[in-house]
Amino acid sequence: MIIENLTVRFGSFTAVENLTLEIPPGSVVGLVGESGSGKSTVAKAICGLVRYEGRMSGVDPKRVQLVFQDPYASLNPRMTVGASVEEGLSALPRGRRKDEVERLLSLVSLPPEFAGRYPRELSGGQRQRVAIARALGARPELLVADEITSALDVSVQGAVLNLIRGLQAELGLSMLFISHNLAVVRYVSDVVAVMHRGRLVEIGPAERVVGAPEHAYTRELLAAVPRLRH
Amino acid sequence: MRQLLRTPTGVIGLALVAATVILAIVGPPIWGEAAETIDAGAALQGASAEHLLGTDNLGRDILARVLAATRFSLLLAVLATVIGVGLGLLLGVLPSVLPRRAARLVTGAVNALVAFPALLLAMFTAVVSGLGARGAVLGIGMAIAPGFARLTQTLAASVAGADYVAAARLLGVPRWKIATRHVLPNIAEPVILNVTAVLGTGLVAMAGMSFLGLGVQPPEYDWGRLLNEGFGRIYLDPVVALGPAAAIILAGLGFNMVGEALAKSAARTSASAGPVSAAEVAPDDSAPDADAVLEVKDLTVTFPGGVTPVRGISLTLAPGEIVGLVGESGSGKSLSAFAIGGLVPYPGTVTSGRLRLNGTELTELGQAKRRKLLGTSMAMVFQDPMASLNPALTVGGQLAEVATVHQGAKRSAAWARAVDRLKHVRIPDPEKRARQHPHEFSGGMRQRAVIAIGLMGSPKLIIADEPTTALDVTVQRQILKLLREVSADTGAAALFISHDIAVVSELCHRVVVMYAGRIVEELPVSELAGGAAHPYTKALVASLPDLDTDKGEPLAAIPGTQPAPAEAGTGCAFAARCALADQRCGERPPLKEFGKAHTVACWHAGTVEIEVATR
Repeated sequence: MIIENLTVRFGSFTAVENLTLEIPPGSVVGLVGESGSGKSTVAKAICGLVRYEGRMSGVDPKRVQLVFQDPYASLNPRMTVGASVEEGLSALPRGRRKDEVERLLSLVSLPPEFAGRYPRELSGGQRQRVAIARALGARPELLVADEITSALDVSVQGAVLNLIRGLQAELGLSMLFISHNLAVVRYVSDVVAVMHRGRLVEIGPAERVVGAPEHAYTRELLAAVPRLRH
Repeated sequence: MRQLLRTPTGVIGLALVAATVILAIVGPPIWGEAAETIDAGAALQGASAEHLLGTDNLGRDILARVLAATRFSLLLAVLATVIGVGLGLLLGVLPSVLPRRAARLVTGAVNALVAFPALLLAMFTAVVSGLGARGAVLGIGMAIAPGFARLTQTLAASVAGADYVAAARLLGVPRWKIATRHVLPNIAEPVILNVTAVLGTGLVAMAGMSFLGLGVQPPEYDWGRLLNEGFGRIYLDPVVALGPAAAIILAGLGFNMVGEALAKSAARTSASAGPVSAAEVAPDDSAPDADAVLEVKDLTVTFPGGVTPVRGISLTLAPGEIVGLVGESGSGKSLSAFAIGGLVPYPGTVTSGRLRLNGTELTELGQAKRRKLLGTSMAMVFQDPMASLNPALTVGGQLAEVATVHQGAKRSAAWARAVDRLKHVRIPDPEKRARQHPHEFSGGMRQRAVIAIGLMGSPKLIIADEPTTALDVTVQRQILKLLREVSADTGAAALFISHDIAVVSELCHRVVVMYAGRIVEELPVSELAGGAAHPYTKALVASLPDLDTDKGEPLAAIPGTQPAPAEAGTGCAFAARCALADQRCGERPPLKEFGKAHTVACWHAGTVEIEVATR
């Protein structure tokens, strides 16, 4: 997907200003920034959930899927896991949907009997897997992951990141991976883009941005990342 | 249902409703004939043994007529409610289904109707659509609809903003399906509760319409009509009017009471009865640590039903020492801090073998003294600074309050100290900032202000519960630096609670790892990266990607989830997720010495397999 001159305004406040970004097919672009930098607004604009100015091309807007931050809020508590995943399968004939739900659940390493369970019976990590399975069911050309690990416990975060990377490699997904955590973004992405106050301040190959940052803000961000003392 | 029978309101309401429904079924067959029998000789009689409620102008028995009218009265009320609720639901859900402009139009129309007096609306509709039962039902239905639409709209709007509705929209689910699948089921509960109450109101309103002559017309009769006929004789034979009136009141009250009881039982949280079996802890006899700022032994927090989220933890903090308490959500780390600060919410109970703050055993103090000691020598900082500050008061005023309440300082002296403390936490231009309200501060500034509140006294202990989790990394670094400086300047010890082991390793001297309510390992921070002995600590360290993590390798992941406090069992709580678990782990490993200032609770600690298995 190619995003050109994306601008999002809420009243007199400009959340995203003149952002141009390319997400090459089959690659993962990481978008990092602090709260209020506009990174989640970019996600919403790409998914058509807010009004924007600018041009987006290369991907059918109907084939963009979003995985939300909070898996407790993104699954309907009154619907079984199977019914939630099935919502994206309207293109399939009814008879084949059940098999497809099973296939999607196995893709995110969940046993097929989970289809009959309700979200409240699942842990945070399992819910996030269901949300990913639901998004994959719509066969997206672009998957947007907005802070998908920040509501999860540390011990499950690793598993979800592994899953995302595995799926990306297996299915050749194009992905926009948004996080405030630079270490997580670096681990998952090929390209890292840094946002600050609604603008893109730096973009480049992940190792280059982390290893030899050019913009002062990127350096500040890097210095602030908490590290395990060795 | 069982919940309903627990309150007197529910029991009485249910009994009245049951009586009404039974009468509606059996009334007409039993008393229908007597109610229609004209006896000109017995016209306009008062109460007698033969006619308990007297007779009407055609000599018909009024008691029989009241009982037989139950079915018709209830039927009309149900019909009116169905119309009102149906219309209300439709109008209420439409805005979340229609495109923006049309949705606004519907909302506006509902708002206008809500502003219009219900009684007028009902009478207007009834008169326009023709006098009689049909007109009255329509009228009451119309009167019920706007209020119900407003209720539905408000409920639907809160659901329509949920992430799962956005997700469904992205998946291309049609609007009407979003309404029926996502919105309606999630608002069903409060809606159903309200229908019961509306039914009661509808019953009374229908009777009102008939009484005014706008409802049921003779020869048909309902309770309102009977009341209307008896009303003229109320001074001669009060009982002929009171009979139907009592029926209306009792039935209406019944539905309203059931509705009320249902709403109450739905609002009640699931935490319910069950004996509090607080663990009996013997006071510790060993000599207390004279130098320690905080000494906790066998701290346990119990909730009714035998749920113990914190199980016998022991901790000692020396002056100036910063100790990190790490664990996943549900490990009991925050509750441990709450217990130390005396903040465990009802109905939790705290027991401890020892709880000494700065040499004083807290459990031996009375409420007031304990509060005063905690207020002046302990500071607490929470995750959300906005929740710790009162949005209606100035920041300086909230700081000064500490000095006037706990230290009895004069207002001007308190204010001066407040400004000084704000300056101490590096808030620029403190005189001006002190006069501002919390909303004028940024997140980081607010957290600084909260820390300044803690510094108004002379804290010996600072408890910080995830103080940087809601902040950006650059701000987080500043706050961590401030905490370090404050601890160094004042000599206060700090208990720093976090789920982020990297943050803890940057700030703290010592790390305490909690799992399922117990401490599983305690170690110097220098050991964390290379010398951790518990498989859980090792996995936590390995699962965290940093800027040098090999991108070719998958991250370490811990399968499964942490057991809930009630399901922890008697063995090692981590065993179900541990690659090393064997028979021995069916018994809970004690926390034992592993090295210098290092304790661990694992049977496999230090063995060769652990090094291999957790690679």
